[in-house]
Amino acid sequence: MKKREIDDVTGVETTGHEWDGVKELNKPLPKWWLFTFYATIVWAVGYWIVYPAWPTFTGYTTGVLGYSQRATVADELKAAQAAQGQLRDLLEKTPLDQIRTSPDLLRFAMAGGAAAFQTNCGPCHGRGAQGFTGYPNLNDDDWLWGGSIADIHKTISFGIRSDQKDARISQMPRYGLDKLIDDGQINDAAEFVLSLTGKSTDPAAVAKGRTVFADQCASCHGPDGKGKQDQGAPDLADEIWLYGGSRQAVIESIRTGRGGMMPAWAGRLDPVTIKSLAVYVHSLGGGK
Amino acid sequence: MKHEVFEKNSMLLLIGILVVVSIGGIVQIAPLFWVESTIEKVKGMRPYSPLEQAGRDIYIREGCYGCHSQMVRTLRDEVERYGHYSLAAESMYDHPFQWGSKRTGPDLARVGGKYSDQWQAEHLINPRAVVPESIMPGYPWLAQTKLDVEDIAARLKTLRLVGVPYTDEMIEKAKTDLAAQVTPDSRPARELLRRYPKAKVGKFDGKPGNEPTELDALVAYLQVLGTLVDFTSFDASGPNAR
Repeated sequence: MKKREIDDVTGVETTGHEWDGVKELNKPLPKWWLFTFYATIVWAVGYWIVYPAWPTFTGYTTGVLGYSQRATVADELKAAQAAQGQLRDLLEKTPLDQIRTSPDLLRFAMAGGAAAFQTNCGPCHGRGAQGFTGYPNLNDDDWLWGGSIADIHKTISFGIRSDQKDARISQMPRYGLDKLIDDGQINDAAEFVLSLTGKSTDPAAVAKGRTVFADQCASCHGPDGKGKQDQGAPDLADEIWLYGGSRQAVIESIRTGRGGMMPAWAGRLDPVTIKSLAVYVHSLGGGK
Repeated sequence: MKHEVFEKNSMLLLIGILVVVSIGGIVQIAPLFWVESTIEKVKGMRPYSPLEQAGRDIYIREGCYGCHSQMVRTLRDEVERYGHYSLAAESMYDHPFQWGSKRTGPDLARVGGKYSDQWQAEHLINPRAVVPESIMPGYPWLAQTKLDVEDIAARLKTLRLVGVPYTDEMIEKAKTDLAAQVTPDSRPARELLRRYPKAKVGKFDGKPGNEPTELDALVAYLQVLGTLVDFTSFDASGPNAR
């Protein structure tokens, strides 16, 4: 070790390095900085001991706290359910048609149903359940598959034309695409359908269309076109149209058979949420 | 000054540099050799079918990842909104993966089966037709553009090079499998389902005809996301719990 040397001008110790007569002053890192750095190293070692840190050949070090993100989220979900307390248990056990008899339970189901509706159902049926062309409006009292709370619950659980085995399934023939009837007959049938709501402009076509309708359509839609909910056949005699009520839209429906699809929610959502949704949708305006 | 010995001896300095860099390298590179053991085994994962993979390529081409992540994190709000948190195994055949937490649109890791094919097609063509408040751009050209299917076998082969277990049979039948996925109730479609279980077969864009469009491919891809793993047989507290 060299002897310590003090620079005359500044009074600071030198490092002993000298280049061309210029001497380097010893200006170490500030002590606070250095000790903060040492503290982070100590902290890291503590972290390794407490939390999962190092990979091993067969797994990893789990840490003495046994922390796991999966366990944490499972606990949080359980705590959230516990916070909903008895109402949640009660909703699970109460039969669908009796939920309305308890104001507390109804309020609970409505709140849960409204929240679940926004994220799961809103994209297709609209935020206000108003529907779009091809996606039914849930605020009116016109139901394709029945508007009782049990019907709604079944539709939500298993979907319509979904891949679930209990799905609601109906299939209107593709009269035009599969050439089951000719374009003239499709036009006549469309005129007859429009006449049910007084919108037809061609009485001759209506008269011919009546026969086509009786032969092809009446078995599902009924002789008066009022539909059959147990078969998912829409009422054609009201002013409510899923795919539009213009002549063009009706012809297109007969031509292609349409056939929208609703996913099954059983399995994706838990039973309590599905029940809440049924209560909520049933309450929207047209629940039977 | 103890480091003087390094400063005045270049060979020693060189060896010292090599030692320090090696430590950094080992810490970063060595775990990759044990990556197999860090991905927990789950039932149901399979490589993407040719149509799904073509859709994935369009997803990346159109920059969907700029707004959508594909990773449900282990957080209560995410699990309640999107479904079961994502597992490493669910993205093991993704090159590149689509993880992330920066979202302008919702996470898509479990979007498969959540909406109908028709909705997906209409929504991609014009999002505001079905979601008035949406700020997502429309992708109407996908419906009009015929899918380029010529190089699909080569694409699967390339993925095999980086570890996706496509078999020789899968690569050989890539083109027929791709067409089969838009031809429901056909013999090729049944063969496709044997090779790629749980694949969805259908007219995704709602149009007749057997020539798949880019829209068909993208919807087929979206509809398979997050649907492959069988969570009824999944044990979250298994040996790989973390």
